[in-house]
Amino acid sequence: MNDVISAENLCHSFADHHVLNHISFQIKESEIFGLLGPSGAGKTTLIKILTGQLLQNAGNARLFGKDSRNLTASEHSRIGIMMDHLGLYERLSAYDNLRFYADIYHTSHSSIPALLKEFGLYEARKIPVFQFSKGMKNRLSLARALLNHAGLLFLDEPTCGLDPVAAREIHTILKMQKEKGTTIFLTTHNMQEAECLCDNIALLSGGSMIECGSPADICKRHNHLNRLEITFTDGTEVSLENKSQSAPLLIHYLEHNLIASIHSTEPTLDDVFIELTGKGLDDNEQYMGNIKKTVKRYVKK
Amino acid sequence: MTMSNIWAILKKQLKDTLKNKTILIQFIMFPTLTLIMNNAIKINGMPENFFVTLFATMYVGMAPLTAMTAIIAEEKEKNTLRVLLLSNVKPYEYFSGVGIYVWVSCLIGAAVICAAGNYERNESIFFMLVMAIGILASLMIGAAIGTWSRTQMAATSITVPVMMILSFLPMLSIFNTSIAKIAKFFYSEQIHLMLNQINNLKIEFHSFCIVFLNMIVAAVLFHIAYRKCGLA
Repeated sequence: MNDVISAENLCHSFADHHVLNHISFQIKESEIFGLLGPSGAGKTTLIKILTGQLLQNAGNARLFGKDSRNLTASEHSRIGIMMDHLGLYERLSAYDNLRFYADIYHTSHSSIPALLKEFGLYEARKIPVFQFSKGMKNRLSLARALLNHAGLLFLDEPTCGLDPVAAREIHTILKMQKEKGTTIFLTTHNMQEAECLCDNIALLSGGSMIECGSPADICKRHNHLNRLEITFTDGTEVSLENKSQSAPLLIHYLEHNLIASIHSTEPTLDDVFIELTGKGLDDNEQYMGNIKKTVKRYVKK
Repeated sequence: MTMSNIWAILKKQLKDTLKNKTILIQFIMFPTLTLIMNNAIKINGMPENFFVTLFATMYVGMAPLTAMTAIIAEEKEKNTLRVLLLSNVKPYEYFSGVGIYVWVSCLIGAAVICAAGNYERNESIFFMLVMAIGILASLMIGAAIGTWSRTQMAATSITVPVMMILSFLPMLSIFNTSIAKIAKFFYSEQIHLMLNQINNLKIEFHSFCIVFLNMIVAAVLFHIAYRKCGLA
């Protein structure tokens, strides 16, 4: 399969603050790729570079084999973008929002009702968007990104601020799009979302890529203990090595119905991130650090 | 330039304005005021169509400027403009769409003001021509302020003093000759003078030059604002 996106040694800095340091990755067709990192890690900057909104200081980014700095209308028409700010016309209805963008994309209006039905917004199609919930706005923004039948979707924190039910609805829609062959590049700081949704992920911290691969592979690579923790029905616990030598003992426990639960010591993505950076994804430390640096820079000026 | 994109933006803007009282009132306030004042107040010795020319000038200095600024600043603040530009809409298509929409809307308002003046056919054409030029100049200043401003609040803080100067100088210059000496360098005063001498049906060369120079200054300001701040 061809690489839909490829980045090679991407670097970018704002004044003397390095936002991206030598970022490299490839994304294949029909893949869901997640970029994970805390606020201020450089996720949105990377999306802006990939979509041609921002010119990188160094390195190369290619979309559909073409340099992201020279994307033409033809490439843009194959891309759907949903930024963290949704950019919806709030006084207009959901239908009018999509109709306007259908005109901009030169696509037929006939596909709008089906799209609204698919995203569960058909009943609310005539209501002004400012009356929508956050989840409905996110779904409408996603529907707009798909209006031009984009083969590549850029989603900047698509489930940010959503309740679990609304987030799950978005996940279902994204999985359906993947089935249809759409390549999806999404940013998130929700590790669980990345684990259940993404084929491959990259962990970003301080502008550097600290890990890249499938969530399962990453967790496996960092499973240093490689043990099974067993809780028995009487409440006692035992830890076994996750190797073939433990099999007879495990079978014995199973045959005698002694086991209440079995867990592997495989770390979660959150654990991996903490191991690699010394802090969690929801940790505001890095973000606050960046803000302090920026304030200092301005004070100096 | 894609005409379909400009047309789509124009249609969207029309729908949006019908639900946006802040913008809508700019288009209908002065035409309505003109109709009311011109019919309600008759004072002996008052120049013919005094309220028509006065409100027409204020309309030129206010409505296109505030409407254009508010539309651009709101789109920038709410990030709808960024999404639009990412959807392959070119900045000039956006400016053309919004600009044509505001220009035509203001011309409809100007036609109502013109109707209140009971002008003859040639005078009406002249009136609309002068208004069209004045509205265009205001549009350019509005585009510059809207582009310069990141938020609607920031835009308002610039628009209000500019709008006050452009709209009220022609009125104040009636009563004060010193102000008139300064006001003559502004296009709104020249528009006011042209409308007052509508019977002549001609634009003085110096008036044309002042309006033209004002438009060049507005274009330069717009260029600087666009280079410095961009649209997104």
